[in-house]
Amino acid sequence: MNATLAAEPAPAGRRALHRRRTRRLLSLAALAGALVVAAAASLAYGAHPVPLEAVWQALVAPAGGEDDIIVRSLRVPRTVLGILAGLALGAGGALMQGHTRNPLADPGLLGVNQGAALGVVTAVVVFDVTALGGYIWFGFAGALIAAVLVFVLGTVRGGATPVTLALAGAAVSALLYGLISAIVLSDRQGMDTYRFWHVGSIAGRELAVAGQLAPFLIAGFVLALANTPGLNSLALGEDVSTALGRHVGRTRLLGIAAITLLVGAAVSACGPIAFVGLLVPHMARVVTGPDYRWLVPCAALLGAVLVLLADVLGRLVAGDTLEVGILLAAVGAPGFIYLVRRRGLSKI
Amino acid sequence: MTRPRLQAEHVRLGYDERIVVDGLDFDVADESVTVIIGPNGCGKSTLLRGMGRLLRPRGGSVLLDGKRIDKLPTRDVARTVGVLPQTPSAPAGLTVGDLVARGRQPHQHWYRQWSAGDEEAVAYALSVTGMSSFAERPVDELSGGQRQRAWISMTLAQQTSLLLLDEPITYLDLAHQVDVLDLVYRLHTERGTTVVMVLHDLNLAARYADTLVAMHDGRIVSQGKPGEVLTEELLSDVFGLDAKVVSDPVAGTPLVLPISAHLRDEV
Repeated sequence: MNATLAAEPAPAGRRALHRRRTRRLLSLAALAGALVVAAAASLAYGAHPVPLEAVWQALVAPAGGEDDIIVRSLRVPRTVLGILAGLALGAGGALMQGHTRNPLADPGLLGVNQGAALGVVTAVVVFDVTALGGYIWFGFAGALIAAVLVFVLGTVRGGATPVTLALAGAAVSALLYGLISAIVLSDRQGMDTYRFWHVGSIAGRELAVAGQLAPFLIAGFVLALANTPGLNSLALGEDVSTALGRHVGRTRLLGIAAITLLVGAAVSACGPIAFVGLLVPHMARVVTGPDYRWLVPCAALLGAVLVLLADVLGRLVAGDTLEVGILLAAVGAPGFIYLVRRRGLSKI
Repeated sequence: MTRPRLQAEHVRLGYDERIVVDGLDFDVADESVTVIIGPNGCGKSTLLRGMGRLLRPRGGSVLLDGKRIDKLPTRDVARTVGVLPQTPSAPAGLTVGDLVARGRQPHQHWYRQWSAGDEEAVAYALSVTGMSSFAERPVDELSGGQRQRAWISMTLAQQTSLLLLDEPITYLDLAHQVDVLDLVYRLHTERGTTVVMVLHDLNLAARYADTLVAMHDGRIVSQGKPGEVLTEELLSDVFGLDAKVVSDPVAGTPLVLPISAHLRDEV
């Protein structure tokens, strides 16, 4: 580094930056393309396969035939919900791993899953709400309350740190799980609903469910994307982040708000779909590297692709009886073990 | 004499229950190179973190250009003061180019993530630290010395007129130590950058500092020209080091020659 203060231009460094950006844009476009393909497959395949032309026909000019009804009333809601849940869990997982700097962090770490579960159980047992469209809101409220509780408990002097948040999340989750068990063990209908919800499924929901949750998911995505530059600085440590002019506390709060909205909405509608939030950020990181401005959107798209493909696979294998949550657990666990063994979990 | 760039006024700094620095006053003159020395645990890094608003004072205040640093928008501070903490760590797979680009954050907005100015600053920072050809290499695969230069490069990309560096030459071999300090010195002479550094190497500290500050037990025990500060008496009092101080034949600054135990009888 001698005698270079007069800064000759550095073409190597500049070219590298451009090449990187081009590659990331291409990956994002490829993922968007994959999502279109997965969505088409989700509309076409199932116990009753519908040819793609008929799918298109059903979408743009339905005539009321059997194919039209299957596509419009069953497969469209399922596909839309799958896309939304996958986007939310993928983005939420990437944010969660970034904020905790923990490669094993799952979006449910803040107690969101158990909070939503307790909400659902309470709705069924206490308020006699049995319709899915009704208890979703209890689930969502439960997720929000649990996340706020975890954040308050995890905020010690000097603010919430990844460690205090994870500990508070584990403690609150354990407590809520105890409560849920106590309730469902004493109430048969509560138990049935809880079991049905807890598997993780995108089937049997009406399109209105997706429509009602969409505003929260959109708000969650906006917050998540706004959080990514701050997350990039936090990844260098709190000291460097502060030195770069960030409010560490505000950055964390923004991230937690985004995670809660995204994961809370997805989980309350579909149940805790396992492995998406854990697995997808690692897969996306292989493509984008550790830049969260790219990682979060890529993980979101990849999450949606994964959920749809798993759901389609479940339909093909077992004809509508194998829920996406079960299939993802079956496929996700070996996939995760493969990632761990092949690449090692990277330091975040 | 112009107003100090950075001032600590009766500043009290610590962690949890432990107060490390209590009621300390310290001025950093404009366009100066100030080097803080002192034994391990004397509060050098704590003071530097306090001056760079990485640690909030329990009492007293830190002033940047006469204004309380904690009242200024932190982004504005980040465009004026660059702070490189001790041993920062980068996430796996982060390339040198991306790390250095993150130094541009205080200059970026949500609606404009990247500008020609950013590109210019990153290219400059990479080239001046000799890291241009490493731009695509992951930081975690570099040697300790290259990694240190990558972080310094990130701090330079911030383009601040004040630099606070905590042990910037630890982990470097002597040639790279001199390289980094030469770079800092040239930033100082050619761009008028004000620099505050914590260094452990007393001889290099004496050679590059305008002002040498010796700390002990959270207090400043001596401050001034290296020749005035770095005396045999101070080394014995502050470091508990038995040493001879001679004139550096190269620079004329003080040169510390420690007297090892097995040589004590012969001196």
